[in-house]
Amino acid sequence: MSTDIQTPRSGKIGSGKIAPQYRRGTGSKGNFEMFAWLFMRLSGVVLVVLIFGHLFVNLMVGEGIHGIDFGFVAGKWADPFWQFWDLAMLWLAMLHGTNGVRTIINDYAEKDATRLWLKVVLYAATVVIVVLGTLVIFTFNPCPVVNGVQLPGGFCPAP
Amino acid sequence: MSAELAEPASKIELPAHIGGGGEIPTFNITLRVRRYNPEVSEEPVWEDHQLTMYGTDRVLDALHKIKWEIDGSLSFRRSCAHGVCGSDAMRINGRNRLACKTLLKDLDTSKPITVEPIKGLPVEKDLIVDMEPFFQSFREVMPFLINKGHEPTKERLQSVEDRERFDDTTKCILCAACTSSCPVFWTDGQYFGPAAIVNAHRFIFDSRDDAGDMRLEILNDKEGVWRCRTTFNCSEACPRGIQVTQAIAEVKQAILARKI
Repeated sequence: MSTDIQTPRSGKIGSGKIAPQYRRGTGSKGNFEMFAWLFMRLSGVVLVVLIFGHLFVNLMVGEGIHGIDFGFVAGKWADPFWQFWDLAMLWLAMLHGTNGVRTIINDYAEKDATRLWLKVVLYAATVVIVVLGTLVIFTFNPCPVVNGVQLPGGFCPAP
Repeated sequence: MSAELAEPASKIELPAHIGGGGEIPTFNITLRVRRYNPEVSEEPVWEDHQLTMYGTDRVLDALHKIKWEIDGSLSFRRSCAHGVCGSDAMRINGRNRLACKTLLKDLDTSKPITVEPIKGLPVEKDLIVDMEPFFQSFREVMPFLINKGHEPTKERLQSVEDRERFDDTTKCILCAACTSSCPVFWTDGQYFGPAAIVNAHRFIFDSRDDAGDMRLEILNDKEGVWRCRTTFNCSEACPRGIQVTQAIAEVKQAILARKI
C-alpha cells in the first residue's frame, strides 16, 4: 500500500468547501513584502537620526527657533550637505509613510475595488510630493529676478 | 441503613466539620451567549441565562448546564474538556480562551459573562464556526516531518539543545484562539494566521527536518509572515502560553537570513 501525500495548495485536500473569501491567490511570489518589511525597519532607524538632527539644528543651535526665516532656509539649501540631508529625509519619510498607509489599506479595505482606488490615490499623492519636493530642494533660488526686478531679500547680492 | 440504598460513596463517615462537596461556595451568574441559527434568523442574538454555579465550575460547566438542563438546542464544540483537544476555544468577555480552562470565579461575576464564537471564521450555529479555512492554512505549511535521508532503523536522535529550539511551538493544540484573535485575519481571512506559522516554526527549527526552506518559501507569501503587525493578540490568546509573536518573528528572521 502506498501513501499518497498530496502537494500543498492543490486545494484537493480536506472537504474543499472553503468559502471563497478565504482562498489565497496563487500568484504574487517574489520578495516584495519582505523588502517592504525590511525597508520599514531600516528607514525608521535612519529617520530617527535625520529628524532629530534636523530638529536640533533648526531649533537649538545658534539663535534657535528665533533664527528661522526665509534666509535661514536659503542658507541651508545653499549647502550640498543639507540638500542631501533634506532629500534623504523627504524620500525616506515619504516612502516609509506610504508603505505604512499601504499596509493599513491592505489590512482594512474589504473590497478589491476600494483597495485599488485608495492605493491609486495614495501612490499619486506620494509621487507628486516626492517629485515636487525633490525639485524644490535642487532648483531652489532664494534671489529670483522677475521681469528684471530683484525680489527683496536682504541676503541677496546686489544685481 | 436500608437495603435499597445504593452503594455508598464512602464507607467512612466524615464528621460534618470536615466538610465535603457542599462546602464549595455557590454564586449566581448571568451567562450571555451569542446564539445564531440560520434556519430561524440570519441575525445572531444575545441570550441571557441566570445560573447558580459552584466555585469550581468553568465556563464550559455553565454551557453544559444550559444545554443539559435548560435549552438543549445550544450548540458548541467540546471534546476532552481538559484543555488538550482544543475544541472549545471561544470569545469569553471579549477575549479568546478555552471554555474548559476558564474558571467562572476568575471572571467578573457581578456583570453578565459574554460568550461568543471566535471571530473571523464563518459561524455555522451558535458557538460553532467553520474551521476549514483555518485547517487549510495549517495543511499548507506541511506540518509533518520531511526527511530526505535514508530511513533510520532506530529513532531519529536529537540533542537536548536541538529539541529545546522548537519546544515552545510543539505545545500547539490547534484551537484557533490565536488566529481568530488576529485583527489582520479578521479583515479578509487570507492571512495564513499565527497557528499555521507556529506549526511551520515547529518543523522549520527541527534539526531532523529537511524541508525548512520549502516552508519558509511558503510563508514568504504576500499573505505570509509579513502580514504580522506584532499586535501580540495571539500571544495573549494562546491557552498554552506559546510565545506566538516571537515564533512569527523567528520565522521572519529565518526568511531574511536565507534571502540576504
